[in-house]
Amino acid sequence: MKLLWKKDGYVCQEMVELITDYLEGNLSRSQRRRFEAHIAACEHCTEYLQQMRTTISLTGSLAVEDLTDGMREDFGELYRKWRAEEG
Amino acid sequence: MIGALARRSEPVTVDEDAELLARVRAGDQDAFVALVARHHASMLRLARSFVSSGAIAEEVVQDTWLGVLRGLDDFAGRSTFRTWLMRILVNRARSTGVRENRSVAVGDAGPVVDRERFDASGAWMSPPQHWVEDSDDRLQAQALTEEIQEALGQLPPRQREVVILRDVDGLTGQEVCEVLEISEANQRVLLHRGRSHLRGALESKLSAV
Repeated sequence: MKLLWKKDGYVCQEMVELITDYLEGNLSRSQRRRFEAHIAACEHCTEYLQQMRTTISLTGSLAVEDLTDGMREDFGELYRKWRAEEG
Repeated sequence: MIGALARRSEPVTVDEDAELLARVRAGDQDAFVALVARHHASMLRLARSFVSSGAIAEEVVQDTWLGVLRGLDDFAGRSTFRTWLMRILVNRARSTGVRENRSVAVGDAGPVVDRERFDASGAWMSPPQHWVEDSDDRLQAQALTEEIQEALGQLPPRQREVVILRDVDGLTGQEVCEVLEISEANQRVLLHRGRSHLRGALESKLSAV
């Protein structure tokens, strides 16, 4: 595949190191422009970017466990203990 | 599949915390338990990163809540309740001293993708293969979530802490810095390395053969 970046553009190896700053909005305007110009011309880095987004999304979907009844009781007791302390 | 997985748990909103907190102050035990329930999974997950066992992590969480109750008057609302809560948790977890043998280094050094995968000019030589997305494959979705869970457990502790707070719990980068008392630059590096590791862990599962 032909990559069409300019001389001042990023190479793929740099792209994978800049990707988090890109996704977090930490790149300067000119860095972001160069990053996006590379993405527009490189299907592999486009795939890599998509994979990072998928990874982040999967990480955000990790299950949230509910409190068990026993734990609710424990925390209720903790609260009563504190109230007693407070007088 | 990806779409189904993108669904997060209900975002923890600041207003609900404030409302529950007011009721806790007024003596409402149910409000306290509700407040605990909202943050419990996040707290346990983070505590687990600092201490060696689940039982100790649970103690740290309980201890944190007692500290929260005792320090309610100190919470001035300058940061969000969750940021304040997580900071207390981190302090308690650190002071348990169970982590004495863990490295406090930023994490591994070097590139996040093996340099062998690039040619001399820095272009992909062994590019990432397309990840197969199947919107109906619940089994695969389950497997991926487990894969992430496992990979998260294998990250260096500091990377794991940052990824948990930023990507699982959805704190902002700045809140993560406040909770862990690390610099912004440090946070960025840890997040980058952590996320890149997780992507690498999924790569083998998802790449088309």
